[in-house]
Amino acid sequence: MYIYDEVDQALVEERVAQFRDQTRRFIDGRLSEDNFRPLRLQNGLYIQKHAPMLRVAIPYGLLASRQLRKLSEIASKYDRGYGHFSTRQNMQFNWPALERVPDILAELATVQMHAIQTSGNCIRNITTDQFAGVAPDELTDPLVWAELMRQWSTFHPEFAFLPRKFKIAISGSREDRAAVLVHDIGLLALSNEAGETGFKVIVGGGLGRTPMVGHVINEFVAWPHLLSYLEAILRVYNRYGRRDNKYKARIKILVKDRSPAVFAQEVQAEWEHLRDGPSTVTEAELERIRGRFTRPAYRTLPVTDAYIDTMLAAEPGFARWVERNVHPHRVAGYRSVTLSLKKTGVPPGDVTAGQMLAIADLADDYSFGELRVTHEQNLVFADVETGRLYALWQSLRGLGLATPNIGLLTNIISCPGGDFCSLANAVSIPVADAISRRFDDLDYLYDIGDIDINISGCINACGHHHVGHIGILGVDKAGEEWYQITVGGRQGNDARIGRIIGRAVARDEVAEVVSRLIDVYLERRDESHERFIDVVDRLGLEPFKERVYAHLD
Amino acid sequence: MPTLIDRAGTVEDRWSPLGAEVVGASGAAAAGPESHLILSLEQWTYHGEALLASGAKVGIRLEPSEGPETIAPLLDRISLVAVNFPSFTDGRGYSIARLLRQRYGWTGELRAVGDILRDQMFYLSRCGFDTFELKDGETVPEALAAFGDFTEAYQEAVDRGPLFRRRPGEPSAPGIDGSPTIDESRTPEARTAIGGPIGVGESNGPSASIAVR
Repeated sequence: MYIYDEVDQALVEERVAQFRDQTRRFIDGRLSEDNFRPLRLQNGLYIQKHAPMLRVAIPYGLLASRQLRKLSEIASKYDRGYGHFSTRQNMQFNWPALERVPDILAELATVQMHAIQTSGNCIRNITTDQFAGVAPDELTDPLVWAELMRQWSTFHPEFAFLPRKFKIAISGSREDRAAVLVHDIGLLALSNEAGETGFKVIVGGGLGRTPMVGHVINEFVAWPHLLSYLEAILRVYNRYGRRDNKYKARIKILVKDRSPAVFAQEVQAEWEHLRDGPSTVTEAELERIRGRFTRPAYRTLPVTDAYIDTMLAAEPGFARWVERNVHPHRVAGYRSVTLSLKKTGVPPGDVTAGQMLAIADLADDYSFGELRVTHEQNLVFADVETGRLYALWQSLRGLGLATPNIGLLTNIISCPGGDFCSLANAVSIPVADAISRRFDDLDYLYDIGDIDINISGCINACGHHHVGHIGILGVDKAGEEWYQITVGGRQGNDARIGRIIGRAVARDEVAEVVSRLIDVYLERRDESHERFIDVVDRLGLEPFKERVYAHLD
Repeated sequence: MPTLIDRAGTVEDRWSPLGAEVVGASGAAAAGPESHLILSLEQWTYHGEALLASGAKVGIRLEPSEGPETIAPLLDRISLVAVNFPSFTDGRGYSIARLLRQRYGWTGELRAVGDILRDQMFYLSRCGFDTFELKDGETVPEALAAFGDFTEAYQEAVDRGPLFRRRPGEPSAPGIDGSPTIDESRTPEARTAIGGPIGVGESNGPSASIAVR
C-alpha cells in the first residue's frame, strides 16, 4: 500500500471541505445545476435513475483491508448493503443520498481514500496491471509510476477542464494486462539498449462511440521525462481538442484528424519547451514514493509444496480452481489468487457489505492485508503462500468467491446497465445472467476454454464490449432493447476492435446467439488447444454469421 | 457590473473595453494618455497602433481559440492581457495563461474574465492569473477564501515548482530548483529548429522567474 504523508492527507481533507461547501450551495439554490454538475462529477458523483451514484477512487486498483472495511461500512450505512467494482478498478455506490455524500467523502478520507477525479472532463484514476509488483514478467513496478502520476494529475490546475474525460493506463510487464492500447494514453514500460527504463507512449486509443486502437507516438521516453512528456500531450489536447461536439472531443479524434504523425510532432514541439524543466522526475522522488509503499515481508519458502500437490490430485474442484484462478508469482513459494466476483446469479462486480468484511479478514490472514481490483471486475490476493492455497480455497468457497472461471465464458465483464445507469439503452446484468445460466456446466465451460465476453448497456462502452472476443452492446430501437453482437475483439498486446456480425438481436435471443457462436467454434476447432479467438482469426466471421442468422431469421 | 478582485481583495478597474464611443466614424480612436482600453484581437488589428500612438494604455482580450503565440510579439507594447472563459468548463484559458507566463515571459496583469466562479480561483491563480472579474452573484469574501481551498499542490505551475523539488533536503538537479521557470534555457536557434511557435517575442523573456503572487 502507498501510505499518505501529511500533504496527501491534507489535500483529501481540504477537498472534502470544498465539496461540502459546493453541495451546501447547491442544496441552498446558490449554485445552479449547470454549475454544480462539473464540480460534483470531479468528485465522482453522478445523478442516476434512482439516486446519485458515487464512484470511489481505488488508485491503480490497490486496496488495503482497512479500506475495504470502510467501504463495507459505507455500503451498510449510506447505501443498500452492497457495492459494485467497475472496469476502472473503482467502487461504485448506487444509492447514496446527495446531502450525505460529503459525509461519505469525510469517512473515506479517514482511510486515505477519496472520489477525486473519478468522473468529469479531467484526468481520471490511473489504472494498471492487477499483478503489479508480483508478476514474474515485470520490468518495472508500475505502482510507483502510477502513484507518481496520481500526484501529478491530482488537482492539476491546467488540466481540470479538458475537452473530455482522460484515461491513462500503465503496464510494467511484457504481457499487457492493463489494456494500454485502448486508453487515451497508454504507457508500456521497456528498457533501452543502455538498460535505462522508459515508456513506449501510445495515444488515442479508446472504446466508446468511436472505438480505436491507440497509436505509438514515441517509442521510448526515458523515465525522468515521463511527467513533462505527459504534460506536453495534455497541453496539445487541452488547446486543440474539439469542444463543439462531445462525441468528437476525446483525444482519439484529435489524433485521427491531425494524423498520428502530425500529432506526435506537435507533442514533440511542445515537449522541447518542457523537457529538463522542473517536472523532470528525480531519482530521489522515485525513491521517496517507493519508500512509502509497504512491501510484504516474504518468507523463504520452497518452490513446491507436497501437501498442495497431494490436494491437487485428490480434489478435482481445487485443481480446477488452481488452474484458472491461481497465478505465478515472482517470489518462490507464493502465488496470486483471483477471487471471482462472477458467480452465476450475482451481477458481475457486485459485493455485499458482509462479503467485503469477510474478504478483508481473509486478506489480513492470507495476503498481507492487501488486495487488488481488476479491470475484469474481480479481486486479487497478490501474495498468498502456496502451502495455504487449499485453506484459502475452502474459505472462498464458503463465501461464493471461488468460482473457477477466470478466463472462461462466465467471467463476463459487464457494466451496471439500464437497471441502474441513466445513460444505458438496455440492461446488461440480466443478459450476463442469462448467458451464465446457459453455460453453468463447469465441464462444458472448461471444454470451451479461454474466451472473453463483454457486455455494455450503451455506446459509452463501460463493459468494454469492443475488446471482448464476443462483444454485446445494448442499443435502443424505437424504445426497445436490442443487442448488437461483435466478434473478434481482444485486449492485450494485440488489442483489436471486434466486428459487428449482423443485425441486432432481441434480449431473449442473446444467450442463444452466444450458444451458436460457441457451437461453430467447437465444431470447427482443429485441436482442443485452438481457442475461440484463434478459430475466428482462421475462419473469418462468415461461418459464425451464417449459423447465427440462418436460424434466427 | 462585474467585480474585479486580486488575491488581496477588490480592486478598482481602470480598464474598459474599447467601444464605439472611442472609435470615431473615421476609424480613428479618440483616446489619450489617461485611457485604458481592452481590445479584442480583431480590434487590435484596426486600432492598436493608433491607440498606442495616442498614449493610451492598451490591453488585449484573448478568446480561448486565440493562442498566446498570436500576441507574443506585442507583449512589450501592451499593459494587460485578459483571457475570456465563455464557459467555466472551457479549460483552454489555463494553458494560455501558463504559456504567457512561463513561455512568453508576460509579467504584467493577466486577467480572467467571463464565467469566473469562486470554484476556479485556486486553479486560475496557480496558472498565473492575478486579477479576476467575478461573475454576478459571486461574493468577494467567498471568492477570496477560495484561493486557499488547498494549502499545497503537487505539480509545477506558475506559482510554484513541483512539490518534490520543494521538500526539505530534496536535491536539486543541475539548473533546476523549486521555482517555476521561464522557458528560456532553449536557445532561439533550438526553438526555431524544432518548429517553435511563430513570432516568439524573445525580448520579452525576463531573466528571473516570476515571483509567487
